[in-house]
Amino acid sequence: MPRMRRSIAVPADVDVLVLGGGPAGTWAALAAAARGARVALADKGYCGTSGSAAAGGNNLWYLPPDPEVRDRAIATREAAAGGLTERRWMARILERTWDAVGELSAWGYPFPVTDSGEQYRGSLQGPEYLRLMRRQVKRAGVTILDQSPATELLTDPDGVVSGAAGIRRQQGGARWEIRAGAVVLATGGCAFLSGALGLNVNTGDGALMAAEAGAELSGMEFSCQYGIAPAFGAQTKGLMYQFATFTDADGGELPGSMPARSAVALQRAALRGPVYARLDQAGPEVRSAMRWSQPNFFLPLDKMGIDPFTERFEVRFVLEGTVRGTGGLRVTDDGCATTVPGLFVAGDAASREFVTGAVTGGGSHNGSWAISSGGWAGDAAARFAAARPPGRAPLAARGQAGLRPRGRAGVRHHEVVATVQEHVFPLDRNRFRSERGLRESLSVLDDLWRAAADELGPDGVRSRQAAAMVAHARWMYASALSRPESRGLQIRDDAPRTDPAHTHRIRSGGLDEVWTAPEEVGTP
Amino acid sequence: MIEVISSHRCIDCDICVEVCPTNVFDAVAGGHPVIARQADCQTCFLCEAHCPADALFVAPLSGAAPAGSPLTDEAVLERDERFGEYRRWLGWGHGRTPGAARDQNRVFTERLRSLHAPPGAGR
Repeated sequence: MPRMRRSIAVPADVDVLVLGGGPAGTWAALAAAARGARVALADKGYCGTSGSAAAGGNNLWYLPPDPEVRDRAIATREAAAGGLTERRWMARILERTWDAVGELSAWGYPFPVTDSGEQYRGSLQGPEYLRLMRRQVKRAGVTILDQSPATELLTDPDGVVSGAAGIRRQQGGARWEIRAGAVVLATGGCAFLSGALGLNVNTGDGALMAAEAGAELSGMEFSCQYGIAPAFGAQTKGLMYQFATFTDADGGELPGSMPARSAVALQRAALRGPVYARLDQAGPEVRSAMRWSQPNFFLPLDKMGIDPFTERFEVRFVLEGTVRGTGGLRVTDDGCATTVPGLFVAGDAASREFVTGAVTGGGSHNGSWAISSGGWAGDAAARFAAARPPGRAPLAARGQAGLRPRGRAGVRHHEVVATVQEHVFPLDRNRFRSERGLRESLSVLDDLWRAAADELGPDGVRSRQAAAMVAHARWMYASALSRPESRGLQIRDDAPRTDPAHTHRIRSGGLDEVWTAPEEVGTP
Repeated sequence: MIEVISSHRCIDCDICVEVCPTNVFDAVAGGHPVIARQADCQTCFLCEAHCPADALFVAPLSGAAPAGSPLTDEAVLERDERFGEYRRWLGWGHGRTPGAARDQNRVFTERLRSLHAPPGAGR
């Protein structure tokens, strides 16, 4: 008996339009609705399965409201993060995360109960978390448009972001257009279609749209996080490799057994030949707990008939780009405003340098940032919308490359994607960087951008994704060139030391002409 | 990538069409949904998780399974109880306990932290 599939009608105008339905987008939608705003949320895929969090597990940066405990955690993070964090923001994030997780518990998230009878709330399982968030968003009266990727922003004659447009890909690619008092971008980072677990939705579409409206980015040099995965797949879940012994093709043990500390050594080893792992440091007594904690780490291995505790399996490093890096749209105030009026940003679409600095935000900080920035952006967007008179002015659609080519159709999206991937996937280009390699890639990517802007598409969301990936690769490598040192995620083989003179963030932006500029720590 | 929609398990609810984050499936009027864009599958297993009939099998490979692979053989997958496997771990479905209630990640993150603590840090 086929279910009646109803197609949700697209509202003509709302107060707040949220683009993206992962944690950041759903928290933003809830915050805006709590202010009484009329809210719509459009997701490229399905709000509940889309994005980096739904497919994986989420540890949170979650600490009780004990000033001593929190101060110590902030100090530890500050020391690890290359001097680019902001204490005030870290404190706000810890505070907001504590409250939000309390709400999750009240809504019925099935947290595990510890031996002392208390809920342990520091970790969320993705499918369960996002299923719950969808339910809450619907209860709050938010209109959810699934399978409706946004492709461009709309601005009023003063340049204020006043809506967005996109396509309904399960309704024959029909165009949707929504006028809004404010827009929250929660479209995730950019992982360049690497296949990393759950990340193929994250192609940087939001940052491209925002840049077309004039938004700035920050921290794009810290975009080279690679996850470890079985070589047959791309399930980038790293935590269980703490039990691994790594070996080379001849069975020789490779240095280090803990990925977080030895990842770089293993990545160098991967340039020389295949790397294998076996979880032989996990005794039988912990194996069941390992499975219940990370079922989708074991699922692929089980399906392949591999016993990871006794058999070694080949691993590889898969680019997670800005998703588990740090860079994104630059946040300018406590409400997560961007540099463009009417446009707010949350989650991995934003720069997370305030809390992750120069190091990866994967494995807890990004999860807490998504919750916090989502709430702040949704709240601020609702206030911004409430202060604006009802919009009647004609709106300009701002989408360019991949949507409105300047010349005749020529280069195809898959060719553009393949060239970008050639320049961002290889460890010896992106993980281990040098001025020569960066300049070489940039020269190819600059030409590719011109071709994309002139000839690409329109070919639905695919040509937009391809354009967004070229833009990201150029922001990344231009920023990397502007940081002639190694710091956090950025390893410059031609400048292996950290230079105190570069203890600043790097802003970037531009499409036809990419620019970078330093920004002192301490702003905003 | 998604390899199999079991024709005898599928109840034509089209939930997989609705929930796939990369829009891999197409609904078919009066029939089972089809795998229309396999190359777009990101192997996230979430269609398996949401399928109420345990009718889907996502092979763990990042490319399509080679012809003749047991990962595409419905009879082998039935025999090995591969259908609905992720859903069982998640504890989704009537009468099951959510797997999230058995989440012990704290043990492993704490262990990892202690492995990384500098000597003498005492934790």
